[in-house]
Amino acid sequence: MSDPLISTLAGIVTNATPLVIAAMGETITERAGIVNLSLDGSIVLSAMSGFVVAYSAQQILITSAGMTAPEAAGLSVIIGAIGAMVVGALVALLIAFSSISLRQDQVAVGFVLTLLGTDLAVFLGTNYARIPGPQILPTDLPLLANIPVIGEIFFQQSGFAYVSYLLVFGTWWLFFRTRQGLSLRAVGERPEAAFARGIPVNRLRYLYTALGGAVVGLAGAAYSLNVRAGWTVPPAMGGDGWIALAIVIFGGWHPFRVLIGAYLFAGLRSLASVIQRTPGIEINITLLNAAPWVLMIITLLLVSSGALERLLQVLPRPLQKPLRGILRSDPPAALGTRFERK
Amino acid sequence: MNPQRLMTRFGKALIPVAISLLVTALLVSLAGVNPLNAATELLRGSFRDLGAFANVVNFWIPLTFASIGLIITFTAGLWNIGVDGQITIGAIFASAVALSWDLPAPLLIAAQIVAAMVGGGLWGALVGILKARLGVNEIFGGVALNQIANLATLYMITGPWQPPEGGSVRSSPPFPPEALLPRLSDDFRISPLMLIGVVVALIVVYLALRGTRWGLQLKATGKNPRSALLMGVPTNRTVITAFIVCGMLAGVAGAFRALVVFQSLRPLVSGGIGFLAILVALLAENRVLLVPFITFVFSALLGGSAQLKVALRLDVALVGVVQGILVLTALLFKGASERFQATSSQPSRTATRPEVAHE
Repeated sequence: MSDPLISTLAGIVTNATPLVIAAMGETITERAGIVNLSLDGSIVLSAMSGFVVAYSAQQILITSAGMTAPEAAGLSVIIGAIGAMVVGALVALLIAFSSISLRQDQVAVGFVLTLLGTDLAVFLGTNYARIPGPQILPTDLPLLANIPVIGEIFFQQSGFAYVSYLLVFGTWWLFFRTRQGLSLRAVGERPEAAFARGIPVNRLRYLYTALGGAVVGLAGAAYSLNVRAGWTVPPAMGGDGWIALAIVIFGGWHPFRVLIGAYLFAGLRSLASVIQRTPGIEINITLLNAAPWVLMIITLLLVSSGALERLLQVLPRPLQKPLRGILRSDPPAALGTRFERK
Repeated sequence: MNPQRLMTRFGKALIPVAISLLVTALLVSLAGVNPLNAATELLRGSFRDLGAFANVVNFWIPLTFASIGLIITFTAGLWNIGVDGQITIGAIFASAVALSWDLPAPLLIAAQIVAAMVGGGLWGALVGILKARLGVNEIFGGVALNQIANLATLYMITGPWQPPEGGSVRSSPPFPPEALLPRLSDDFRISPLMLIGVVVALIVVYLALRGTRWGLQLKATGKNPRSALLMGVPTNRTVITAFIVCGMLAGVAGAFRALVVFQSLRPLVSGGIGFLAILVALLAENRVLLVPFITFVFSALLGGSAQLKVALRLDVALVGVVQGILVLTALLFKGASERFQATSSQPSRTATRPEVAHE
């Protein structure tokens, strides 16, 4: 852990963890054809709820079970994370209900919930701001942590990071290696055809919107109980939900590419703070803070405008096909549309 | 309209309001405050005296400018989440003129407002070009440009426009007196110029959407861009102009925030009015003439929020919660009543679906 480069990279993985989790939740939801635009608000609301639940759980464990604060921390964080997941799932269910059952615009409801989530979190959570709560500390994974370089970067993290790895792999497995995943993708790509095959389209959309929302809630807990442990007003993670939404597009709705996108973003953020700390370089800090957003526009520009495709055509032919497979970025064909039995 | 239909429409508007009031009352009681007390303090905060009422009007003017701008982009089927950034850039452009040009008062004021419209229009055009020409979804373009606009404000305040004393990073130097808009009186600090401006903007946008070729093109693009294109509507140009005009109106709102409310450039100069305007536009459903009433209710809530904090120690976020719940229940209620009407008027449709057998 002495090498500064390795510890920087390990820090990037730590910082990227909530982004990875949030983007993975949204990937699941969008693959089923529903846009959960409320990410920014859901994350803040579930971060607050997760913190409050974990904090209260810790107090109860200390007073009634006679535990010390560090002893109670692990269990209370788990309880808090579950609370956060429930909140995330409830917000997502509201979107599913209004778009599937009430036929309202997903974007409209999602946007309102973005604002409402943040305001509700600030209003309900004022009394819990800036108090020390439970948080989990990094634990080395046996064996894996001893692998040189890789082990130091990826396996000397906290539980949330390990959950994020499992989540990415599990999502990929679900999508591409299971029958359920085939139905999930069919519902997002060609709901009519799926329905004709006997797949209950709207029921699955409800299910995966709630599941994705629960995962987004877990991302909220990963902020308030791990990375920037604690809860503050104004919320420190504000804005990250939008970045997670952009990462899903950048990642082409594929779990591994979404993971890479989240690490890239976190990496560039940490690069910006390194530049800022480097003596001899005089850059106004606000310009560096603008970098992720400029980057967001540029990446979306690359994937949306067909610029990538033109770039590919310049390359030698044998390279084109595999690269196109990797860089392909088509949204699920029925994303954001309503499905009704005719 | 016959009285019965009027009653149903009125009732329809009232039910979401009642539901959201109930939910809010519940939240307020949860915070340990009597909801009736909160309502009284809120109203006192907004309408106690002329000064308090002027405060409400000073929220109403920029919110209305931004909201009618948004009606234009909404009509064209566009999600202009970037409107907050357009307000911010408008404020920066107005501040640039206020801080550096040396002109007599009337000319300077005119130049500031024109500059704000240019700035907001440019920021809007950016979202529009990204959307129409380069395929970048306007929601994400807008979100990113909002953040960049906020950081641009910080950059100007901490860099080029750092006040000479150097200590403060809270604002630019105060604007010179010639830059400030004249007010009705010292008790009622309202800018008549802006008041007239907002009424003119309302009328012009109403007429433009109703009776011009451009208005028709906006509507056609909003209904179905592909068939609009086939019918000969230049949809790309329509999209970009919608963003530009919305940005210009938002720019005026930004100029108002800087010139009237703060009299300097401050971080987060928009105060989130752009996001609020999106909620207004969702409630108004493309009806321009509803906008001033909705914005008035929202502004009264905003004006009273400070009093809630002072008198009852309730966080000002409560106002955002009320507004959010109101729009959410309105959307859900609309969906529910449409659903109810659809099922009660066409009972045969559900009975003759052959696909039911598959499930």
